[in-house]
Amino acid sequence: MNSVASKTSDVLVMTTEGEEFLEEVCSIPGGESVRWCIQCGMCSASCPNVAQMDNSPRRTIALIHAGRRYDVLKSNTMWVCASCYLCTVRCPKEVKITELMHALERLSTYYGLTTKRTTTATMYRAFIDSIKSNGRVHELGMMMKYYLTTVLTGKTNPFSLVKMLPLALNLMLHRRMTIKPTRIKGAEQIKTIVERAKALGGVK
Amino acid sequence: MKYYSYFPGCSSSEGTAVAYGLSTQAICGPLEMELVELEDWNCCGTTPYSSTDELASVAVATRNLALAEKTGLDLVTPCSACYTSLNRANSQLRQYPDLRDKVNDCLTSVGLEYKGTVRVRHLFEVIYNDIGLKVIESKVVNPLSELKVAAYYGCQLVRPEPGFDNKYNPQSLDEFIVSLGAESTPFPLKDRCCGSSLVIPEVDIALGLIHKLLESAASGGAKCMVTVCPLCQTNLDAYQAMASRKFGTRYNLPILFFTQLLGLALGVEPKALALDKNIISTERVLARFTSKSAERAPATSKSAIERESSLRTKALLKGRE
Repeated sequence: MNSVASKTSDVLVMTTEGEEFLEEVCSIPGGESVRWCIQCGMCSASCPNVAQMDNSPRRTIALIHAGRRYDVLKSNTMWVCASCYLCTVRCPKEVKITELMHALERLSTYYGLTTKRTTTATMYRAFIDSIKSNGRVHELGMMMKYYLTTVLTGKTNPFSLVKMLPLALNLMLHRRMTIKPTRIKGAEQIKTIVERAKALGGVK
Repeated sequence: MKYYSYFPGCSSSEGTAVAYGLSTQAICGPLEMELVELEDWNCCGTTPYSSTDELASVAVATRNLALAEKTGLDLVTPCSACYTSLNRANSQLRQYPDLRDKVNDCLTSVGLEYKGTVRVRHLFEVIYNDIGLKVIESKVVNPLSELKVAAYYGCQLVRPEPGFDNKYNPQSLDEFIVSLGAESTPFPLKDRCCGSSLVIPEVDIALGLIHKLLESAASGGAKCMVTVCPLCQTNLDAYQAMASRKFGTRYNLPILFFTQLLGLALGVEPKALALDKNIISTERVLARFTSKSAERAPATSKSAIERESSLRTKALLKGRE
């Protein structure tokens, strides 16, 4: 363990498992910056969605330092991050908080801890499936897949979709939705790239 | 004539922000710039991909950079999300050698290679820096006098990369509005978030943000808002009615792409700017400018513009060979 982490353990009581979690977060590109956090709270003060978060961004970093893997990864915090980067540019210690949120989303998925209260992950999957099959995102197809999945898994009340109808109709009437997806010539290349990335085991 | 490699992004090419793509093409002629569409580009991946699989997301984004590197031109995109994720790929590859090796391995499997030389730029930044507001001012034939516009930067034009404008209090879009003869109104929340893609899974959160933005812009006296991002436009325009219902307001604020406003001032035929695709009608606010613009502009249809553009592209590619 390097010196920065030992300094951290002077002020927080950590279990071995807890230390593992901090190390794990720090080993992810962008995640290493959590070591620089001084808990000033600028990130939480800047966040437009902090009111909807289980843990504020500041608290999330404190929990990472305390090794509380479950509390961090089970929360909805990263799933309501809109990636506006206001926290990132305001942080006096240059902690890459938005990058950290993306990393926590990946970890939460990896450990199967994603909270059932969010459907953001489902939207992400529909989005990526669209890229994998066509090379580009087909917005209508992606949204249909998202709503179908969330309705079938009981996360969206089908009747609540009624209020989405005027929106969908307006987009259609103004010809802002294409019915047919565009498939790029290199769609097979995308598949090959994604398969190769999987074979390489990704990056932490 | 200035040449660039062009990355329209999924929504501007034919999706919810197709008006952005069309109006971008329409202003190239008057501004003497040529956007050569990157052949067979793919989705940049944006937040959904980088929040799911780091290696695959950077590799997929880098395919575009590898294709662009062959052209030797700067890669220009009108989409703030594409701008951020393509820039992110560049900076992750620079910072993390392990990631770079693996991404190169992925690209080699499809016969591509990326050396890391492509500069990713936002269309607005290109117009602001390379064309310049002085030149734009001299080309304005239809000054948008007394039009009160709120300049909405959104998040990812000015953040997180150390960009071309102040990241805490950007001014470029305000200056741009003034150069068109219009008036830029006070808009304290000009760089705050519209909710982006969270509008799908977390619609209530996004509607709250949309409401705050509309309120801030309208209280500054704006009669319309101008954006530089397809997602911002869709959220503020298409979801405006839903936000109004939820919060009992009625702003009826047209949300324009900066290219639409620019085209109008440059005397481009309104049809080519796809103003009819705006859900909150722009007619009430822009009527006095669109009629003037239509009188002045030669009758160029969308297909004529596209034909001319493709001829210019062919000539360019031939010249490069």
